[in-house]
Amino acid sequence: MSDERREEPTNSGQQFDRLPDTAEEREVPDRATREEVVGWWEERFGIPPKAFEDFTFWEKGKGKVWAFHGDTVDPIRIEGLGMSFLRTRQEHWKPTTNAVQRFGREATKNVVELAGETATRFAAGEDQDIEWDGDWGYLVVAHDLVGETEPMGVGLYLYGELRSTVPKGRQESLPVLD
Amino acid sequence: MNPLERYAPLVDDEETFFAACERPLPSVVRVNTIKTTPARAREALDEEGVGYEPAGWHDGILKLDGRSPGTTWPYFHGWLHGQEEVSALPALAVDPEPGEFVWDACAAPGSKTTQLAAQMDDTGLLVGNDNNLGRLSALRHNAERLGVTNLAVTNQDARNFSLKPFGSDQFGGRRYDSDGGDDDGDNDAPADAAREAFDRALVDAPCSCEGTVRKNPDVLDQWTLDHVHSVAGIQKGVLRRAIQATKPGGTVVYSTCTFAPEENEAILSHALEEEDCRMVEFDSPLETVPGVTEWDDEEYHPDVTKAHRVYPHHNDTGGFFCAKLEVKA
Repeated sequence: MSDERREEPTNSGQQFDRLPDTAEEREVPDRATREEVVGWWEERFGIPPKAFEDFTFWEKGKGKVWAFHGDTVDPIRIEGLGMSFLRTRQEHWKPTTNAVQRFGREATKNVVELAGETATRFAAGEDQDIEWDGDWGYLVVAHDLVGETEPMGVGLYLYGELRSTVPKGRQESLPVLD
Repeated sequence: MNPLERYAPLVDDEETFFAACERPLPSVVRVNTIKTTPARAREALDEEGVGYEPAGWHDGILKLDGRSPGTTWPYFHGWLHGQEEVSALPALAVDPEPGEFVWDACAAPGSKTTQLAAQMDDTGLLVGNDNNLGRLSALRHNAERLGVTNLAVTNQDARNFSLKPFGSDQFGGRRYDSDGGDDDGDNDAPADAAREAFDRALVDAPCSCEGTVRKNPDVLDQWTLDHVHSVAGIQKGVLRRAIQATKPGGTVVYSTCTFAPEENEAILSHALEEEDCRMVEFDSPLETVPGVTEWDDEEYHPDVTKAHRVYPHHNDTGGFFCAKLEVKA
């Protein structure tokens, strides 16, 4: 029993491994599949699978999924591949700020729109009380910029509070837009 | 001695050259077309009341009035990247096409890398390499903020860069054409994903950087001739590797932000003698002068005149050097 377990393929922090297409093709236990990842964005934010059809998905580091706009050999031992995109292997999957800024324009649900001072406070990394009737959990937080809804990042909505998950290195003190 | 004085014999007008080197540079941004258009970026700056002036020769390059770009909404959204005007030249010379396999040999912190990604419409495979692991995090941070998804980041010594991670059997690599490439027992390495040689490469080499004096006056205090000679050895090694790793007919661009011929024309001359390549002319949208064929009792390959030298007084920018080579078929 213990021998079998030792031989089981595992995730490696040293290389990028392509996500299996489906659960049937999964070899590394608990690795997210392409089908689950694309399905998650559709289910959670209404982003159509077509948005990701030219992308391949990779795991490096436990649960850290990367989106690459193309294809390459598998596995691949390098430092970065595409964009760090989604955190899996935890109860609630969490998209990255950069992924939401890049792909979140197509989101149609679980999008909270802020304006004026609330948008500025979100970008500065502040938590704030807001009215929200929708799902709890990770939301796309957006605001209007020159006439279009532009995603700013990821908010965590719990108990009437919207927590900003904008990473320290991306937080800015920005002017309040009218 | 002010090291800039050694370049007085090379410039047309010493006085305006020295005067320009004393003036600080304006804050300049490049519009990131992976996330927006130049028109929308300008509208967003207008909405915030940030003044700017287009560079004139490129609709995606804007000179800001005073304010640092980091404190604007379009910057927060990755629509803008702070990048000195003249440093937009090398990626324009590389001129990559969407879908190509492109190498940026000395990529961190990524201004030129992300510009290449935008020119490639964020498709194909762009390899951003740097030998300094600490600087790689800046490269990754910038690339992700700008929404780049076609980038592979590597941490190798560019002088003996191996394409092995990308499935090549050349340059120290091996093909992943069977299941030999990994050991997990399945057949997950399609041969068509392996890449043998780059379509284009950019060597934006580490250098003695006098061209950045308007941004960082300290470079003059740190300047030594010994450093020029030691960095020249690295430059030769990286440029030769870029030529070797690029397919026949492919493009290699060499750039620096130094005026030193030892780090510019001498490096090109060495590559032209040692590798199968030739200099190619290209149009510069900025005013430039040709590369020099003589310096300090040295003579360089006559074709180095096809390279561009940019002095600060010509376009009110930093100083720069940029050359385009073609790998012989």
